[in-house]
Amino acid sequence: MHESVVVYNRFRFLKAATLLGLVAIVLYAWHDPAGGLPNGGTWLGYGLGTIGALLILWLMWFGVRKRSYGEGHVKLEAWLSAHIYLGLSLIVVATLHTGFQFGWNVHTLAYVLMMLVIASGAFGLYAYLRYPRLMTENRRGLTLTMMMQQIADADRDCRESSMQLGEEINRAVLQASQDTRLGGSMWRQLAGRDPNCATLAALRSIERLAEKTSGAEASALRRLVTLMTKKVDLLRQARRDIQLSALMQIWLYVHVPLTFALIAALVAHVIAVFFYW
Amino acid sequence: MAERFTVAIVGSGPGGLSAAGHAAKLNVSHILLERTSHASDTIYKYQKGKLVMATPDILPLRSDFDFKLGIREDILGTWDRQLKEQGVNIRYNAEVTGIKGAKGNFQLTLADKSVIEADHVVLGIGLQGNLNKMTAPGAELPHVQYQLDDPDEYDGESIFVIGAGDAAIENAVALAKQNKVAIVNRSAEFARAKQGNLDLIRAAVDKGLVEAYHNATPVRVTANSIVLKTADGEVEAPCNRIIARLGATAPRKFVEGCGIQFPSAAPSALPEVSATYESNVPGLYVIGALGGYPLIKQAMNQGFEVIEFILGRQIEPADEPLLKEKFKGLGPVAVNDVLARIRANVPIFAELNPLVLRELMLDSTVHTPKPGDVIFKHNDYSNTFYTIVDGEVEIQVSPDDPKQVVVLGRGAFFGEMGLIAGRRRTATVAARTNAVLIETARRTMLKLIASNAPVKREMDRVAIIRQIQTYMAPNTPVESLMELAETATLQRFGKGEVLFNQGDPGDGVHLIRSGSVTVSRRIGGRDMVLNYVASGNYVGEMALLTDAPRSATVRAAVATETVKLDGEAFKRLLAHDQRLSREVETRFRERLENNARMEALPEAGSIIEFLVNQGVGEATDVLLIDESLCVRCDNCEKACAEIPSHHGMSRLDREAGPTFAAIHVPTSCRHCEHPHCMADCPPDAIHRAPNGEVFINDSCIGCGNCQRNCPYGVIQMAAPPPHKPGLLSWLLFGLGHGPGEDKSLRHVKKEGVTKHAVKCDMCKDVEGGAACVRACPTGAAIRVDPKQFLTLAALR
Repeated sequence: MHESVVVYNRFRFLKAATLLGLVAIVLYAWHDPAGGLPNGGTWLGYGLGTIGALLILWLMWFGVRKRSYGEGHVKLEAWLSAHIYLGLSLIVVATLHTGFQFGWNVHTLAYVLMMLVIASGAFGLYAYLRYPRLMTENRRGLTLTMMMQQIADADRDCRESSMQLGEEINRAVLQASQDTRLGGSMWRQLAGRDPNCATLAALRSIERLAEKTSGAEASALRRLVTLMTKKVDLLRQARRDIQLSALMQIWLYVHVPLTFALIAALVAHVIAVFFYW
Repeated sequence: MAERFTVAIVGSGPGGLSAAGHAAKLNVSHILLERTSHASDTIYKYQKGKLVMATPDILPLRSDFDFKLGIREDILGTWDRQLKEQGVNIRYNAEVTGIKGAKGNFQLTLADKSVIEADHVVLGIGLQGNLNKMTAPGAELPHVQYQLDDPDEYDGESIFVIGAGDAAIENAVALAKQNKVAIVNRSAEFARAKQGNLDLIRAAVDKGLVEAYHNATPVRVTANSIVLKTADGEVEAPCNRIIARLGATAPRKFVEGCGIQFPSAAPSALPEVSATYESNVPGLYVIGALGGYPLIKQAMNQGFEVIEFILGRQIEPADEPLLKEKFKGLGPVAVNDVLARIRANVPIFAELNPLVLRELMLDSTVHTPKPGDVIFKHNDYSNTFYTIVDGEVEIQVSPDDPKQVVVLGRGAFFGEMGLIAGRRRTATVAARTNAVLIETARRTMLKLIASNAPVKREMDRVAIIRQIQTYMAPNTPVESLMELAETATLQRFGKGEVLFNQGDPGDGVHLIRSGSVTVSRRIGGRDMVLNYVASGNYVGEMALLTDAPRSATVRAAVATETVKLDGEAFKRLLAHDQRLSREVETRFRERLENNARMEALPEAGSIIEFLVNQGVGEATDVLLIDESLCVRCDNCEKACAEIPSHHGMSRLDREAGPTFAAIHVPTSCRHCEHPHCMADCPPDAIHRAPNGEVFINDSCIGCGNCQRNCPYGVIQMAAPPPHKPGLLSWLLFGLGHGPGEDKSLRHVKKEGVTKHAVKCDMCKDVEGGAACVRACPTGAAIRVDPKQFLTLAALR
C-alpha cells in the first residue's frame, strides 16, 4: 500500500532517466564532431546543454511545487520521484555535454556546483530512506515534546529526592538541572550526544559519593541514582531524536543554496558561451 | 333520569380540554369528565417546574385554549382560568368505568354508578394510566419506580434513569441537580425525544451532570447496583434508585370494553381511527395519545377538530397546507386521497395510524421519476429510505452488468441497507416505469422503526432476505432462500464480544450486516489474528463445510450486527444449489490459504490487531503514515491548513497518535461507518457527502457535541483565524506567517467570535482529493479503506 519514492509507480522515473542517459551515451559514442574532440559546441553539445539547463530549471521548480499546496492532480511523491531520478540523470547528460573538457573557468565551476548539488541531494535521499525508521525506533512511541516533559518531570523528582541528601549532592543535582542543554547550535544538534552533559557528570559524581555512604542515606541515594539514570537515558533519547531530525534537514541547507549558486554560474556560463565564445 | 348531552368528553387532558372548550364556544351541550380532582392529570403529574414543549414547531395551534412553550405551573394556571372563562362544563372525580350504546344514545357509567347519556363520546384518556414496566430480574425491588413527581425529594443518591424518551430525559436532568445521575438509552442516539429535550440532555451530558449509556439495556437489578449490557460488554454500577420511563401502552381492557378494536395483539398497538378520529364504533371518537399522537399541540388541535366533525362540518387538519405543498408534484389530488393511496399501496405503512402517517409524510419527499431516471447509484453514500407507492423500479444487482436487475413493484421498499450498515449503496436503482416514490429521512425512519414493532418486523424480514441475496447468494432465486431466511436470527455483538470460539461446534453461518470482525486462532498459547472481515461478508462456513468444530475465534471489531443463518438450513441450500455451493467452496479454499499464509506472517496479524484496537475497523477511510518513509516534514499538515476552505487550520495532527511496526495512525478523521459525531448534532450540521466524506456544514452552532462524541479526538472547536497574507507577502515583506498553520492563534480568545467545530472533510471540494496525501513527498501518507488495508496482500 505504502510506496516509497524509489519504487514509485514501478520505477517509472528510473526507467525514464535511464533511457535519457542511454540515449545520450549512444549519441555521444556515435556522433563525429567536426573539430575532432567532443565539446559543448557541437550539435550534440548544444543539445545536451539545452536539455541539461532545462532540466535544472525544472528540478528547481520542485521547490515551488512543493509549496503549492492543494494544487495539481499529480501527487508530490511523483514529483519527488522524478526529481530524484532526472536529477541523477544530469550526471550523464551534463558530463557528456562537457566533452570531458575541464579547466579553471566559470564553465567548470557550473559543472562542479551541479555535481555538489546532486551529491547533497543523494545524501538527502539516503537520509530520507534511512533515518525515518531509526527515528521511530528511537522514539519508542514518544514524541519529542513528551520526552521533554518526562525529562522535566525526572528533573523535578531528582531535585526533590536530593533535598535531604546533603549540600554536596544537592549542589550536583542543581547544577545538572541548570546546566544540561538539549539541542543548540547546528553541530550540537548533529552530534547527537553531549560528552559534557551536566546530568551525566552529576550522576558520575553522585555514584562516587554513593560508594562512601551506608544505611538510610545509601538507600535514598540509590533512589536518586535511579532517577538520574532515567533522566540521562531520556536525554540520550532526545538528543538522538534531535540528531536524526537535524540530519534529515541539514542537507537541504547545502542543497538549496548551492542550487542558487549553480544557477548564477549557469547564467554566467550561458552568457559567456553565447557572447564571448 | 340520567343527564343527557350532545357530547361527552372523557379525560380533561389537552385534547379533552380543547374539545370541551370548542364545544362551549359553539354552545354545544357537553360534559367534560375528569377522573381526578384537577384538570389534565398527566401534565399535573409532570415534575414541578417542568418546561413543557410545544412541538412540532411548524404545526399551527388550533384551539380555544392557549398553549405555548412554558413551565408546567403556568400552563395549568392558564387552562384552569380559561376553563372558567369559557364556561366549560367539567365534572371532577368522575371516573368513567364503562361506555355502552351506539351513536345518538351512549350511556357512560361512572365509578359512583351514576349514568350519563350522550349522542357522541370523545375519548381523550391518554396512556399514562398504563405504564410499561422493566422486565430485567430485580425490577420488582422497591427502589425501582416508574414516576417522578418532585425531583427535589431526592438528594445525594446515585440514580439510573432508564429510557431515552422525553420523560426520561426530563427526570434525568432535573435529578442531576442534587444527585449522581446516569441515563440508559437502548439505542445509539436520543432519537425519540423532542428537540428542546435533546438540547437539554446534551448540555447536561456535556457538563458531566448526567452520564449517558447508549446502546445499553439493563440486565439485572440488585439492592444497590444495576448491571447493564453495553456495546463494550456488561457493566455493573452502584445505584440507589432506578427510575424507568419506558412509555405507556393503551388501557386496553377498558377501551376494548367500549367496543373499540385494536389492529393487532402487539402491546404497543393503538386503536385505529378514521381521518375524523372516529373509532370503529360510530359516534365514539378517540383523540390524543390513545389515538397515536402523544404531542400536546396535536391533541389540542384534534380536540378542536373533533367537535367540528361531530357537528358534521369538514375541516382540514392543521398540517393540510404543508402536506398539500409536499404532494404538489402529483397533480391536483386531495391530501387524504394521497394518504389513502399510500396506505393502500404500501404494506409497511398500511397499519400506521393516519396521524403518524401524516407526520411521517411531513418528514418525507415525494418523487415522480420517469422511466430510466436513476434514484441512487451504486457506491453512493446517501442513506434515505424509499417506498414505492406506484410504478416499478429496477435494482441493478451487479455493478458490472446493468442488465442483471431485480424489479420491485408497488408497495415494496428499498434503500433499507442505508439505515443499517452506514456503508455505500450496494446497487444502483432506477425507475422502470413512471413511478411515485416516497423518500424518507434516515432519522425519521429510525424513529418509526423504534416506536412501531410491526414496521420493524417487516423491515427486518425483508432486509434479511435481501442481505442473504446481496452478500451471499446473488444468483439464487428468492424462493430457494425462504427457508434460510425464516430460520435466520438477528444478533448483536458489542466491541470485542465473541461470535463463536475456536473449538465450539459449528451451528451456523454469520452474515455480517454492520460492523466488522476479526478471525483469530490460538497458536503457541497466544491469540493470533488471521483475518479481518468487513460487513457484507460471511463467517463460520468452514466448520459447516467440514463438519468439524470451529477452527478459529471470531470477535466483533466494533459494534456488529449479524444475520445468523441456521447451519442445517444452510447445508440444505448448498445441497440444492450447485452454483452457490461452488462459490462457498471457493471462498472456503481462499480462507484456508489466507490463514496458512497469515500464520507464517505473525507481524501482519499483529498489525491487524493493533489497527482494530485503534478503532480502524469502524473507519471507511483512514489516514495511515508509514513511519519508515515519513521524513517528518509536516507537509501534510501544511497542505491541510493551506486549503482555502480550511481557513488556515490543519485538521490533522501528524505527530499525535499511536504507532506500531512503523504504521502510525495520526489524529485525523476516519470517516466512520456510523459517525459518532453525527449522533448528537442539534442543528443536524454533520452530513455524509456522496463519496463518503463526513463533513460539517455552515449551520454548526458550536455546541461541541461532536467534539466530545468523537472517540478519536479529531474534531477541534476553533474560531477562524484572521486573514492570512499570501505566500509572497510573507516572503518579501514578512507579513503573517509562513506556509501551514499558525498554531499560536489557536488559543487566542477573540471577543464576539463563536467557535465552530472543524474537522477533516477529506478535501471533498478540492480537485484531486485529500491534500495531505497529495502533498506527502515520500509516499508515507496514504488514505485507505481499512477493508483494503487489512488484507494479507496489503500487509505483506
